[in-house]
Amino acid sequence: MIVENSQSVLDVVVAVLLISGALMSLAAGVGLVRFPDLLSRMHAATKPQVLGLLLFLLALAVEFRSWALIPVLLVCWIFQLLTSPVSAHMVGRAGYRTRHMRRDLLTIDELDDVVEKAARQRKDDRRKKGAQPDPG
Amino acid sequence: MIRQRIPLITELPLVIWLVIVWGALWQDFSPGNLLFGAIIAYVVANVFYLPPVELSGRFNVLWAVPFTVRFLFKLVTASAEVFWLGLSKGPRLRNAVVAVQLRSSSDFLVTATGHALSLIPGSLVLEVDRSTSTLYLHCLNINSDDDADTIRRDVRATEAWLIRILGTKEDLALLRAEDRFAREREARS
Repeated sequence: MIVENSQSVLDVVVAVLLISGALMSLAAGVGLVRFPDLLSRMHAATKPQVLGLLLFLLALAVEFRSWALIPVLLVCWIFQLLTSPVSAHMVGRAGYRTRHMRRDLLTIDELDDVVEKAARQRKDDRRKKGAQPDPG
Repeated sequence: MIRQRIPLITELPLVIWLVIVWGALWQDFSPGNLLFGAIIAYVVANVFYLPPVELSGRFNVLWAVPFTVRFLFKLVTASAEVFWLGLSKGPRLRNAVVAVQLRSSSDFLVTATGHALSLIPGSLVLEVDRSTSTLYLHCLNINSDDDADTIRRDVRATEAWLIRILGTKEDLALLRAEDRFAREREARS
């Protein structure tokens, strides 16, 4: 009787974990459709999955209750922790550089200030070089 | 190409990690399997050469546990927040690119901080200026300078945690001095 009861409690836990994990996928989908530009969509597409996958793996661990499985699940999550920021960064960086984004949606852009300054500096340097023709 | 010889002690964390992955994939942590994994890990680490990651040689478990709890808590709240933003604001969302200068100049720590920030929904590392260790973050839902300041404080707090866990001794000393300074200023006012 007790065994049966704890089994059904665990089943409920697994169900809740799986459904919350699936909700995170829904969050990603909603974000992809609703957010206005590439960079904000990147947030929705990459981030909730970190939690979503964690919930799924937890559900697996609770369901199978085998010690041999835990390291695989852990390694699986750690690899996602390591790789998902890198892909998000690469896409974000490429998107910013190729201007695949809407600048009018940014309230502050401190990177643009730096880029502008560097561009101006380079132009000034070039002009200086042009004004003083080398004596040789 | 001239390869820089990597001493075994710098290679050790990588080899141990590879052995753990090997054991996990086979779902078998028996000594024989681990030994075979260690041989393969050593060969792989030497044949597929990558520049060594310079660790600080410190790891503080006492700080790591609360950091993990804080990280998971933020992960859950921020995921829910992004979900809510998608539902409530959607196309009317306003974002910002915020520059945050970090204390540490260690590549490892800057990478770790960038990773921790990128994993928590709502911020994304767009660009890194390695010479000044400045991170340029794209953040969701920033409408005022106050919001940007909150982000900056949060980023520096995350970095402080990571310095306490695995930062170099110099960074730790810097952090302690900063704390002392803040406390003294508080006491004076």
